[in-house]
Amino acid sequence: MNEPQRARAGDWVEVERMILDPSQRSKNLPPETAAKPLMMWVKGFAQSDGAPGEEMTVETMTGRTVAGTLSAINPGYFHTFGKPIPELAHVGRDLRARLTAFRAQGGAR
Amino acid sequence: MITRFDEIMGRRGEIMRGALGMDYSRFERSPIAFDYEAMMSDHGYSLDDIVAIQTTAGVGNTPLLELRNITDLVRSISEAGKGARIFVKDEAANLAGAFKDRRASVSIHVAKEKGYDGVIAATSGNYGAAVASQAARYGLKCIICQETFDSRHIGQPEIVEKARVCEAYGAEVVQMTVGPELFFHMLELLDQTGYFAASLYSSFGVSGIETLGLEISREMRALTGADPTACVITHAGGGNTTGTARGLQRAGATTTQIVSASVDLSGLHMASDTDFNRKSFTTGHTGFGVPFATWPDRADVPRNAARPLRYIDRYLTVTQGEVFYVTEAMAKLEGLERGPAGNTAMAAAMSLAREMPRAATVVVQETEYTGAGKHHWAQLNFAREMGVEVRCGDPADNKPGTVIVIPERPEQLQAKDFDLLRMRKSYVRNAVKAAPADYVPTAADVAFLAADTKTDAATVEAMLAELREA
Repeated sequence: MNEPQRARAGDWVEVERMILDPSQRSKNLPPETAAKPLMMWVKGFAQSDGAPGEEMTVETMTGRTVAGTLSAINPGYFHTFGKPIPELAHVGRDLRARLTAFRAQGGAR
Repeated sequence: MITRFDEIMGRRGEIMRGALGMDYSRFERSPIAFDYEAMMSDHGYSLDDIVAIQTTAGVGNTPLLELRNITDLVRSISEAGKGARIFVKDEAANLAGAFKDRRASVSIHVAKEKGYDGVIAATSGNYGAAVASQAARYGLKCIICQETFDSRHIGQPEIVEKARVCEAYGAEVVQMTVGPELFFHMLELLDQTGYFAASLYSSFGVSGIETLGLEISREMRALTGADPTACVITHAGGGNTTGTARGLQRAGATTTQIVSASVDLSGLHMASDTDFNRKSFTTGHTGFGVPFATWPDRADVPRNAARPLRYIDRYLTVTQGEVFYVTEAMAKLEGLERGPAGNTAMAAAMSLAREMPRAATVVVQETEYTGAGKHHWAQLNFAREMGVEVRCGDPADNKPGTVIVIPERPEQLQAKDFDLLRMRKSYVRNAVKAAPADYVPTAADVAFLAADTKTDAATVEAMLAELREA
């Protein structure tokens, strides 16, 4: 399914905003963090039509109005479990076998 | 020039006072000491009141399960006569899937009673889900501030899942890149909205955990006829340890050894944009455990209710690989598929139970829910994508952020003792440093520091003398 090209007012969207540029950030940050801006993303209902990358405001779930750059339209969740971990594949088999052997000896070691 | 950051941070005390509805200055006794018990009881709720609040909230009374297969596995690798019975409190059975519901239920109840329209919490973990869930039940608005992404906008899967569940409960989730200024933005939002600060570290939240200790004592007495020999607690900010230990004490379980356990993430910087996604645990680790225990008042409240050094008898660390191995073992041997972070204490308990006699009992006091993203497979797949090596071998070769070593055999599970004396000294040094330079600690301060480190006056005097010499 293709992503919509433009958000319409009332759509559920995400905006992106810079909270602090590097010069405004807290002191004592490690250099790799200090060199980057502090960024923020929040979701809400679009207050106007707009295309990704354009400025717009959203009304969040608490009713706040937040201005930012449109970063996603109807944003989803795509985190997964992923593939089984080969290094863990042996664990269940081996431990069940140990338990069976231990109990066969009466568990009295 | 005064920046926006400086302006908000300068008003930190005033903003938090309004957002907590509590004036902490009333408990201060000196530049070092404060009246901890007065602060803890200031909300006026008895333990019975808290049980009632939680019953209404759908929180608590989780099953306490004996893990007979895990116990026998430990016995199979122990010396003759060794291998304590292992139990687990299945806290995943709480409404939003973790013990954090106990914490949130009291905070949200207080927010409602005090007439706030909404609540705000800064948390990337289970506490966010708990606050969002309870806020939904109480009809309060909810904002959760999360540290979610590195500067490339790559999100930690466990935290991305937590954002999803908070949004499922109707919360507004403010997701940010790495940095301690999360706290600054939370203050801005508190200032803007006038909402209640559902801090992890308020007396409300920590009191809510006491019921967990209370239930453990009651249930163990019913099951085994005695309080547990040891209670092992996954340790991050210290609230879990503090609340559980206090609850055990209030139940009269004075002999139970309090063992805290954290995942060893030494060498990784918690504010580093590049280290952020090279850690495979987002909580329950030493990156929170050590700094918060050694200086609890670094938290978002003037005085932290979570003061773990008051209660800890022993502090164990385990590696990421050991916890993932045990998480897999729990599912395969006990039919309990639970989130990895909550199994930190389980990994430590299996190592600990090996040293203890068979008649002894060990309670692991929590589990947490699992799901996409928040799962040991998801975390290990993500670690690989971030360039961390994952292999089987001896967990002693584990190096946080570089290599995760999955044990080959259960004999290799070996928790390490963290030097508690060093932590206590570090705490005393921080407490003295927070006072004016020319301030001389009084006898009352020494008594406070002794209670706050579970030592005695002579030990604290010796630590202070050492500091003066240094």
